[in-house]
Amino acid sequence: MLFPAVLFIGALVGVPFLLAIVYSLCDVKVASDEMRFVGFRNFADALTSPAFQTALRNSFVFTLVSQALVLAGATTLALALKEAFRTRGLIRFLILLPWVAPISLGSIGWKWLLDSIYSVFNWFLVRLHVVDSPPMWLGEPALAMASVVLVHTWRMLPFATVVLLAGLTSIPRDIPEAAAVDGAGFWRTHFQITLPMIRPIVTVAVLFGVIFTFTDMTVVYILTRGGPYDTTQVLPSLAFLTGILGGDLAAGAAISLFLFPLLLVVAWVMLRMARRSVVT
Amino acid sequence: MPVVETRGLTKRFPGSARVAVDGVDLQSRDGEFLVLLGPSGSGKTTVLRMIAGLEEPTSGEILIGGALVNGLTPRERRIAMVFQSYALYPHLTVYRNIAFPLRAQGVPRAEHGAKVRWAASIFGIEGLLDRRPRELSGGERQRVALARALVREPALFLLDEPLSNLDAKLRATAREELKKFQRKIGTTTVYVTHDQVEAMALGNRVVVMDQGRVRQTGTPADVYDDPADTFVATFLGSPPMNLVEDRGLTLGFRPEHFRPAEGAAPGAFRTPFRIDNVEYLGADRLLYGELGGRFAGRTAFSRLAAHVAAPRVGDTLDFVVEEGKARFFDSAGRRAAPRTPETG
Repeated sequence: MLFPAVLFIGALVGVPFLLAIVYSLCDVKVASDEMRFVGFRNFADALTSPAFQTALRNSFVFTLVSQALVLAGATTLALALKEAFRTRGLIRFLILLPWVAPISLGSIGWKWLLDSIYSVFNWFLVRLHVVDSPPMWLGEPALAMASVVLVHTWRMLPFATVVLLAGLTSIPRDIPEAAAVDGAGFWRTHFQITLPMIRPIVTVAVLFGVIFTFTDMTVVYILTRGGPYDTTQVLPSLAFLTGILGGDLAAGAAISLFLFPLLLVVAWVMLRMARRSVVT
Repeated sequence: MPVVETRGLTKRFPGSARVAVDGVDLQSRDGEFLVLLGPSGSGKTTVLRMIAGLEEPTSGEILIGGALVNGLTPRERRIAMVFQSYALYPHLTVYRNIAFPLRAQGVPRAEHGAKVRWAASIFGIEGLLDRRPRELSGGERQRVALARALVREPALFLLDEPLSNLDAKLRATAREELKKFQRKIGTTTVYVTHDQVEAMALGNRVVVMDQGRVRQTGTPADVYDDPADTFVATFLGSPPMNLVEDRGLTLGFRPEHFRPAEGAAPGAFRTPFRIDNVEYLGADRLLYGELGGRFAGRTAFSRLAAHVAAPRVGDTLDFVVEEGKARFFDSAGRRAAPRTPETG
């Protein structure tokens, strides 16, 4: 029964993964059939390259900032959507849309929204006299980083919200009511009672987001291609540019494997948490 | 001044055609154990939740300690409530569960330890303070919930079926302890239950509710002996009061007041009774059968003490309703004036 699944995972995940390990330890290039074992030289080269150092730092900024925003946003949304109100179904649907729609479409939409000439944000900002000259959202290093972080947050928010909402819904109604009778207000009820109760679920959602973000390049690639001057480059996009577009398979493989040990630890923690995530 | 009072309290849930609570007037007396008794859907829990501030009344007033509390949050009402599920905070230790109301109400942290230990000692759970709710038995959880309610020394306790999650044996002891505890603390308590035994055992007064309305308020003896209507008459007592049609009125009598005529004092009513079934219940016996004479075709129960010689199944004997124990209800089911004794 398990065989097709094992075969599937082996062929689509296992083989490329092993190949990546082999490549990262050799000097393989596109358009060359020579392949010699070079040990950890690719990793050493990567570590000393400024592009890699920038991408490594960016990866952490990109992941940690976006996930922090996702956590705060999803918690707020989940608390708001838990209450019954007239258009709750519609609002829930709209919030889930960014997750359901293909990310490439969403990102291209954002690319236009943030475009240096056609940006609607700029149109409003200029018309409302908030700024004199329209900002170059994707052209200035700090703004570009902020833009990719925010678009990625927009993309990850729905999933985290749904997970948190599921967690909050699983808390019996009596518990927040008991807290209210005990004299707790909104903040105390949520920060001392309901949110701690769903902490295992929140942890799994956050760790999932961390792994997903560390290994994803869609938003960065479509919005900025890592630019300007590599200031928004993250490890996956750098690996893609180096290994696939640049043809240096070995260096690309080394870059993409660099965070593997760290993510392995994160995944292990996540699985442990998932096993313990029993509410009440 | 009554600790809690409701005036014309009404609740209609949105989207529901039925009125959940329909003009309820309650007035507790100081230090009293007031029980709201009724079947499920009678609105008793909704009344309690409105007093607690967890539901907003559609109309009517709620007063706690003489002050109108409509629109106030539960926090501002300074009451304590024990939920049917106990609603303990699963991620906190017993100590922190009990201390939570103190923290929430801004009691200085230095006072927490002594207060928590005092509340825990009342319920004999000092040894459990470091445990978490999931490590406790049902009875222990209930005590933690009571201690958490007690610790803030509220003016009013609201208890929503706190015994219904305990097994039958534990329930009897818990009931006894609850009564003792309430006497000792002397705090006015409003207690919701669908269990008439609990209501009779615990309540100083019992408020019998059905379909959102108060049917009768009185001491346990009042509501049992002198039911205001046929609903109260049949809801209380197991088996319930016998009700038989009698020339435009309904005659009601309790099974324990319906006994063989032989050897008994002449009763209010005398009628032949054919015994169809006899149940032995240990201390007493339950006879089930059909009446004769004027009440021909009506069925009734009789409860006889075990030391009374029991008729056999199939026997037809003359039975009497004890003097002063017959109750009459009009066609609407309300209490009517008694009719002169006569034989049937």
